[in-house]
Amino acid sequence: MIPIMLLVGIICFLLIHLTPGNPAELMLGPHADVTSIEALTKKMGYDQPIHVQLVKWFSMVLQGDFGVSVYSRKPVISTIARRAEASFIIALGATFFFSIFGILIGIISAKKRNSWLDQASMTLSLTLASMPSFWIGLNLMLIFSATLNWLPSSGYPGVLGTGDITNLRYLILPCLTIAIPSSGLIARLTRSFVIDILSMDYVTTARSKGLRESVVIIKHVLRNALIPVVAVIGTYFAEIMSLSVVVETVFNVPGVGRLVVESILQRDYPTLQALLMIIAGLYVIINFLCDIIYAILDPRIQYD
Amino acid sequence: MFLVVFAPFITPYDPHKMQAGDRLKPPSSAYWCGTDIFGRDLLSRVMIATRLTLGTSICVVIVIAFFGILIGSISGYYRIAGAILMRLVDAMMAFPSMLIALFLASIMGPSFITVMIAIAAVYTPRLARLVHGVTLTVSTNTYVASAKAVGVGEFRILTRYIILNALSPIIVQCSFLLANVILILAVLDFLGVGFPPDVPSWGNIIATSRVYVTRAPWLLIFPGLAISMTVIAINIIGDTLRDAFDPRAHVQI
Repeated sequence: MIPIMLLVGIICFLLIHLTPGNPAELMLGPHADVTSIEALTKKMGYDQPIHVQLVKWFSMVLQGDFGVSVYSRKPVISTIARRAEASFIIALGATFFFSIFGILIGIISAKKRNSWLDQASMTLSLTLASMPSFWIGLNLMLIFSATLNWLPSSGYPGVLGTGDITNLRYLILPCLTIAIPSSGLIARLTRSFVIDILSMDYVTTARSKGLRESVVIIKHVLRNALIPVVAVIGTYFAEIMSLSVVVETVFNVPGVGRLVVESILQRDYPTLQALLMIIAGLYVIINFLCDIIYAILDPRIQYD
Repeated sequence: MFLVVFAPFITPYDPHKMQAGDRLKPPSSAYWCGTDIFGRDLLSRVMIATRLTLGTSICVVIVIAFFGILIGSISGYYRIAGAILMRLVDAMMAFPSMLIALFLASIMGPSFITVMIAIAAVYTPRLARLVHGVTLTVSTNTYVASAKAVGVGEFRILTRYIILNALSPIIVQCSFLLANVILILAVLDFLGVGFPPDVPSWGNIIATSRVYVTRAPWLLIFPGLAISMTVIAINIIGDTLRDAFDPRAHVQI
């Protein structure tokens, strides 16, 4: 895991040095004058040789200091921390929704394979998974907020800050927007896994032992089918991050995803570097955890 | 076999019927999809966007396929290069696709090239990974060893034996790749970092329709439908291809 994190860090750092010229120039835009560019260059240390910058950046990061945002003049960490709550809740909620929903539908479809129920739900899953997320979000907004007025359409006052748990309703639509296409994908995946397992010998054995169908399903089929599904859901985390960028922009939720878009548009590269590093780091860690879970659940796999 | 073939929105012609005089009209017999705030016919805009999107996506997929196969097969065939390259690929894959695409696109400004490079950078590692895996499997086949023994040159081995036999999963993956590319292209356009804003593309149209969504919902519905239907069609094609290539499938006469 460490070499990958190192590589990730290097790539994060290098990204803003991709273009020829000074990152300070990039940040201030094409119309800035020379003195402000020089000032920023000196302040951010961009005039030093690259390896010096790299080492300095790494040492800062390891101490948890990501520098100060050029745009808001506040430490990057505090901005990210403030926004993490919304994104975290959305990600968690969405994962919860689509996992349960997708797996259930997948199992049911697999059991009644080739029936009209199976065909219909698989078509529906494919359809839902193919729609662009922002379109789904906008449509949901149109239906539930504008027309029916059941749910609020934008913003999020926060739960921890205001202590008002009903504020969670602001996050329902964003959650659903992520959950709907994902559940389609998971349903299809689960279905194919379960179909494979259902044809295996131990299922027939279990049935011929006289076990009730529900026991067969839960004890044997599920336990084995869920392993790769869980692994997939873990690696899906990166996709959730991507999706949350869009969804937060559409619904105007102040979360980490929208912070990315904003800092890109404002050319706030210190924040961007920090965000990329954190998100990529989280992804690596979660993947690693999923590998471990996979190894625990499947006794055939041994890790050194 | 469950085969429903939607006709993707492929248009061979290019009606530049923009800037008529009527604004924000709902779908009617004169304007099949209604008009937008400047009075431009939505159907024409969606059609032009179709050509643009499909053309770009196919180009991007070709680029991705080229580099992906190149990197993947080399890393599968030569172990040392493979170890290094795959580490790089892993690191690249650690970033969510959207972030890299957004970042690159924003640095380079909205344009056609930007879009191509950004999307290619995101998806090439994934394809390279796949090709690497497939190459590993194919390399162990005996015909490769026998070709080497006979003295066939390395390049020929790579191209004629390995890549040729690895093609079927690659093609399947490419079709899903096309679907994903279209989706991510739409998102980039929606966020404003894809094509230049005066060029109509599906994401663009949806983005500009956000303000008027309550007054003119058709502006939102039609481009979105176009995207969805195209992606669904491509996904179905990909599924069918995969089933066709699967040696475990039973042939029904």
